[in-house]
Amino acid sequence: MAKYVLEFERPIFELEEKIAEMRSMSDQLDIGDEIEVLEQKVERLRVSVYEQLTRWQRVQLARHPDRPYTLDYIALICDDFIELHGDRAYGDDKAIVGGLARIDGIELVLIGQQKGHDTKENLERNFGMPNPEGYRKALRLMKLAEKFSLPVLTLIDTQGAYPGIEAEERGQAEAIARNLLEMARLRTPIVNVVIGEGASGGALGIGMGDRLLMMENSWYSVIAPESCSNILWRSWDYKEQAAEALRLTARDLLEMGIADGIIPEPVGGAHRFPAQAAEALKGSVLPAIRELMGLPLEMLIERRHERYASIGVWTTAG
Amino acid sequence: MAWFNRTKQNIEDQQSRDMPDGLWTKCSNCGEITYKKQLEENFYTCPKCNKHFRIGSNQYIDLLMDEGSFHEEATDLVSTDPLHFVDEKPYTARIAKGMRDTGLRDAIRIGTGTIEGLECTLAVMDFSFIGGSMGSVVGEKFSRAADISRQRRIPLVAITASGGARMMEAAISLMQMAKTSVRLAQLAEARVPYFVVLTDPTTGGVTASFAMLGDVTLAEPNALIGFAGPRVIEQMTKKKLPEGFQRSEFQLKHGFVDHIVHRKDLRRTLSRLFTLLPVPAKSQEIASNGLHARAEA
Repeated sequence: MAKYVLEFERPIFELEEKIAEMRSMSDQLDIGDEIEVLEQKVERLRVSVYEQLTRWQRVQLARHPDRPYTLDYIALICDDFIELHGDRAYGDDKAIVGGLARIDGIELVLIGQQKGHDTKENLERNFGMPNPEGYRKALRLMKLAEKFSLPVLTLIDTQGAYPGIEAEERGQAEAIARNLLEMARLRTPIVNVVIGEGASGGALGIGMGDRLLMMENSWYSVIAPESCSNILWRSWDYKEQAAEALRLTARDLLEMGIADGIIPEPVGGAHRFPAQAAEALKGSVLPAIRELMGLPLEMLIERRHERYASIGVWTTAG
Repeated sequence: MAWFNRTKQNIEDQQSRDMPDGLWTKCSNCGEITYKKQLEENFYTCPKCNKHFRIGSNQYIDLLMDEGSFHEEATDLVSTDPLHFVDEKPYTARIAKGMRDTGLRDAIRIGTGTIEGLECTLAVMDFSFIGGSMGSVVGEKFSRAADISRQRRIPLVAITASGGARMMEAAISLMQMAKTSVRLAQLAEARVPYFVVLTDPTTGGVTASFAMLGDVTLAEPNALIGFAGPRVIEQMTKKKLPEGFQRSEFQLKHGFVDHIVHRKDLRRTLSRLFTLLPVPAKSQEIASNGLHARAEA
């Protein structure tokens, strides 16, 4: 049973608990039919709750502490993985993990932001908020991929680059900007997947490439809804409205033409059924990588440039 | 009818601005009072303490470009409201107010001209238009400036002043960081120099994209330059920020700025950089003819 239950998940959990309780008594009583009815009911409830999620509820799902993170996905989808550490200049940032991986016979470089599932791990991982050396490690690994013609897969999951004193001293902005420039011209395919939270430049810092996929219950925007509320409404209390205004869900980004596809999650969310979520991720990512690997390099880069050139909406005045 | 009418004409409304309009200006840093004309002659810097007042694109164009040489491009681009964004007021109202208050169409202007006789493309930002924030229009105009420089093989100069990506265009604004970086990658590929002048303040998504990608990076004295804003950092770390944190001198010390240049020396410095870092011949020409190809180009 999950440790952490969101408000809108509660009715589902209550029913599930009831079913579990009845199961434990079912060898003494003949209640198999009733259990079956309840199971159908919980399934219907799950579907109806998940069909009507608000944007803020999706944000909450994207942040769920039981949700699979980068290392969970690595364990579930990679046949082999060796983590590579350090930026060769300052240190090793544990908020970004990366290394050499094999998935279904394809060798690739896999990089992702890493949160912790509990307080201890979160302190170690800085809550998934990278410092400059994290972005520089990611760049080192991307250059490694380019050198040996390996595709790059990045998994985005951060509430932002760390806003700290030392992060500024070591050039947080420069580290992100450098990565954008290098990802724009990296001569190997890059596939980006938002697996949880994609906040701002801290997400984009490992998030440029040839294909952007989003997990169904992930979000991606210029700022987190709470911070947006704090700045534009001058109060922390308008996060629901801010989430609506920002239009930050996978479906929104697909409609904006920024995301290329949505990876469906099992009903109930990736945090309830991580193995199924990982299977869905693998099923979407691999065809994309295979397709991009078949493109001539010049065409790959040209299409990447066109992809970003086309993003923007304006009008002309007389 | 008003209950009473103001009778005296010499009462002026209080204006709390960095660069007041009056005949006399009091420096917000040292209190020195300077005559407006003198302030202009001093490049809008305090003659006593050197404080650089925030100025707009008009002033930078006047200060930097040879008189009458600036030819503005893409003047007709204006922001729309693709997400129908409403917070305390609608985004469309913020755009309209920005236009009314500043006389500008968005937070950046681009064009070509000469500095001491040398051609370049200039992209200059205005902090007074919705905090110099980058949405679709800023992203597109900056991209076009880079394209002009690439096609005409003339250096690109960016004067930055921005609070970051524009929230009201959400993910579309965020992607302008990617878009402008793509154009700078193409400019780099073509080997056309790109010069950045960081002014007060340059933060957020603009710093984390085109502001930090110069071949040479200059900064005006004491400009706030960073990724996260100081208040956000204080809230997150619960620490008091050290004196001079994120200022130009801090960035110079930590290796992210090449030079701090007084505003009066900007024009001269840029023209010297244009001659010290000339646009080379195209790669193919150098490959076949050697470095001499450059002199002949």
